Amino acid sequence: MEKQFSVVGRRLPMLDAAAKVNGSAQFTDDLMLPGMLHGKILRSRLPHAKILNVDVSKAARLRGVKGVVTGAEIPDRQYGIVPKARDEYALAKGKVRYIGDEIAAVCAIDQEIAEEAVELIEVDYEELPSVFDPLDAIKEGAPIIHEGVANNTSFAIRKEFGDVEGAFAASHLVSEDSFYSQPVNHAPLEPHSAVAQHDPIRGQVVLWSSTQIPFFLRRNLAATLQIPESRVRVIKPKVGGGFGQKIDMFAKDFCAAWFAMKLGKPVKFTYERDEVFIGTRQRHPMYLKVKTGMTKDGKILGQQFLAYADGGAYNSTAPTMMALSCFFLMVPYHVPNLLYEGYHVYTNKPVGGAMRGHGIPQARFAVERQLDMMAERLNLDPAEIRWKNSIKAGEPHPGGFVINTCGFAESVRAAAKAIGWKEKRGKLPFGRGVGLGGASFPSGVTNMSHISSGAVVQVGQDASVNVLTGAADIGQGAETVIAQIVAEVLGVSLDDVRVTAADTGATPLDPGTFGSGVTVRAGNAARIAAESVKKRLFECVADELEANPEDLVAKDGVIFVTGSPEINIPFAKALKAYQYKDLPMPLVGRASWMADTSEPTTLFNQPGNFSPSYSFMTQAAEVEVDTKTGKVKVIKMATAHDCGRPINPMLVEGQLEGSIAGGMGQALYENVITEKGQVMNPSFLDYGFPTTLEVPEMESIDIETDDPVGPFGAKEAGEGTQLSPAPAIVNAIYDAIGVHFNELPVTPERILKALEERK
Amino acid sequence: MKQAIALEVNGDTYEVLVSPNQTLLEVLREKLGLTGTKKGCDLGACGACTVLLDGAAYLSCLMLAVDAVGKKIVTIEGLSQGGELHPLQKSFVELGGLQCGFCTPGIIMTAKAVLDEEPQPTEESLKKKMAGNLCRCTGYKKVLDSIMGATARMGGER
Repeated sequence: MEKQFSVVGRRLPMLDAAAKVNGSAQFTDDLMLPGMLHGKILRSRLPHAKILNVDVSKAARLRGVKGVVTGAEIPDRQYGIVPKARDEYALAKGKVRYIGDEIAAVCAIDQEIAEEAVELIEVDYEELPSVFDPLDAIKEGAPIIHEGVANNTSFAIRKEFGDVEGAFAASHLVSEDSFYSQPVNHAPLEPHSAVAQHDPIRGQVVLWSSTQIPFFLRRNLAATLQIPESRVRVIKPKVGGGFGQKIDMFAKDFCAAWFAMKLGKPVKFTYERDEVFIGTRQRHPMYLKVKTGMTKDGKILGQQFLAYADGGAYNSTAPTMMALSCFFLMVPYHVPNLLYEGYHVYTNKPVGGAMRGHGIPQARFAVERQLDMMAERLNLDPAEIRWKNSIKAGEPHPGGFVINTCGFAESVRAAAKAIGWKEKRGKLPFGRGVGLGGASFPSGVTNMSHISSGAVVQVGQDASVNVLTGAADIGQGAETVIAQIVAEVLGVSLDDVRVTAADTGATPLDPGTFGSGVTVRAGNAARIAAESVKKRLFECVADELEANPEDLVAKDGVIFVTGSPEINIPFAKALKAYQYKDLPMPLVGRASWMADTSEPTTLFNQPGNFSPSYSFMTQAAEVEVDTKTGKVKVIKMATAHDCGRPINPMLVEGQLEGSIAGGMGQALYENVITEKGQVMNPSFLDYGFPTTLEVPEMESIDIETDDPVGPFGAKEAGEGTQLSPAPAIVNAIYDAIGVHFNELPVTPERILKALEERK
Repeated sequence: MKQAIALEVNGDTYEVLVSPNQTLLEVLREKLGLTGTKKGCDLGACGACTVLLDGAAYLSCLMLAVDAVGKKIVTIEGLSQGGELHPLQKSFVELGGLQCGFCTPGIIMTAKAVLDEEPQPTEESLKKKMAGNLCRCTGYKKVLDSIMGATARMGGER
């Protein structure tokens, strides 16, 4: 059979892989500009306090200090990535709400002086009562963290369809169970950094930032500096991992720009590792109560949810996070009757934000655990329950989703087979077990105003291709995937394609990297832009080939007549022909693409489609529990994964393997521990995530579907696979030792305690 | 009081003025512009700052610059010869042993020291020796595959 594609579907190295292995890839903190100053931020030592006075005089007098700024001096404009949830100042005004809240910043000729100077700032606080648990924070009389926000509940969400009470009444088994997921830090290896430079002649500030969202950052930065967006240019250098943590603007961005504008010199702010833990974002801790009604043979009739998310001191992505958490309970299983009530609650703790899976892992953990518990009570096979309840492509969806392709049922079977389900489940010796978890994820989440991706494809005189995209590659390989799509359309090799990316001054608008929308959204924009280039090139050479433009094909560096490959012209020669006809150069194609979907918060009161497509996956774990030490060893994790058609299977596997390690961390090790609001483990010495020693054997099975919306049939890859490792592992622990754990993480202490209690 | 020291890095000698408390990492990055060596934690816990001193892997964030005097220092920039990637580097590129690339220089430098000492490591041994280098992107599978892949390419080459 003739291979369908030449570049798409191939395991090609990332475009920037060589730069990343030889040390030349530049991250934000690697940038050194002449005369550059260094900044440092003063953070609150108290979890909740009024700021009575900030005395900066000693700091300002220190030799080498060039500037000091406090919250009182900055414009009175709050920011946030979700417009309706703006509640944050770059530097706190009047009040601090968690230990780590930013109070002031200094700028000095070197880092040491900046650090010395922040210590000289004197803050008079009036301490206020604090609250650290969302279940306390919602009570009458709890301390008010944000004025005007009753019960500290910044978002209350309700979604209902069908009749859950009727469904429960008709059920053979109704189970109500409680679950808790802990705070987890993204811990990207690159600490957050920003470098700003001001051009006083043109009145423009340029910000290099370790960001996932250059265009949202431009908007928030312009708004908080109170200058037009055109006066802000955000450039994204290499970003050393984000996982959602780099979705917001941070004090370092604002302060670098502020000082660059005030002082006329370049300024750098780079966070220390403890600041990344304390002062950026974390996965929301969440309490979740789930009530599910099932028939005797395991069909889900209805589900009811009550969720309390611990948002910490600010909103960040609160409404989007709650929406995702709610809506992705409607996939991958068919839930005909549903009632969800969810609350985003402020506490005096580090701020919750987007993190790989974004509100869904907590919900998925609860549901996948409960499915196993109910399967046991019904004496059914947990794998069978999962495929039996799987939603199916093309069927009406109770919530109004449009599911064009769905490989979920197949993924359950494939993952189960790969782990040896039939031979092992319930049959392994005590201490060993297998477990499953299923999940689904959107290919893109709509956020207000920045919802489309643009792309420009230029072909130069030497037939080289340059793609301008605003998509933010943060290490996942977005630029490579986009280049593969363009190369495939134009029939050239990946080596012929260059990508210029993520510079708000040069590349077209793109929402950035969040909600797993990059491949579908930015990939489609690039595909259409490339198709427009191809169309004009075909029109140009059609006469010469004595064919209709519609009958031409571009493949492997040659344009030929379909069915008659001997009638052809090499791509480079075609471009010469284009030039010789005195057509305008460079040959440019441009496009924008946006999904025909609804903004999530509009779907609370009406059915509708959330995402242009949905990925599906099942993960199966085999574990060994050391009953003497309580340690859990994950022996193997098999993943069966429907991400449509993978554009680059090697990169998809990489995403998947990384999310297995992430999911393991969530299941077994990771926990941001706070005492009275103080993070107790803000370092890699105290906060453990998996190393080479812990990661299991990994098997990836691709359940390929050809999605009609995505470029070349592609869907989301890499975020959804973080959803089900944790429940798969915890379900396997049950199979191993017969104990249900409904709180994360499942530490050795908890395992030993449970084993002791069983005796 | 700052003092003048000479550091031998990637075969060149650099004379620099350093404070006694300045780490080798700071000096490499800020004075010599060798930013391939990364600061991930500044606490010796992530391995992103790994460099070779007389052939052995060291965490440059835990080493004072003054203590590196007289040693042959090799950073990630010094690994490739004459523009040609080292076999380890090639293997990481081709087998997808990296994603964001921030931990990659440290991982490759550690791997270089490991393979120099044990050219054909077992998987168990390699996992143990690489456990000090954290990566949050890859789940380590392709990192380990890349190092194993390089052992064949290197064929005993040091």
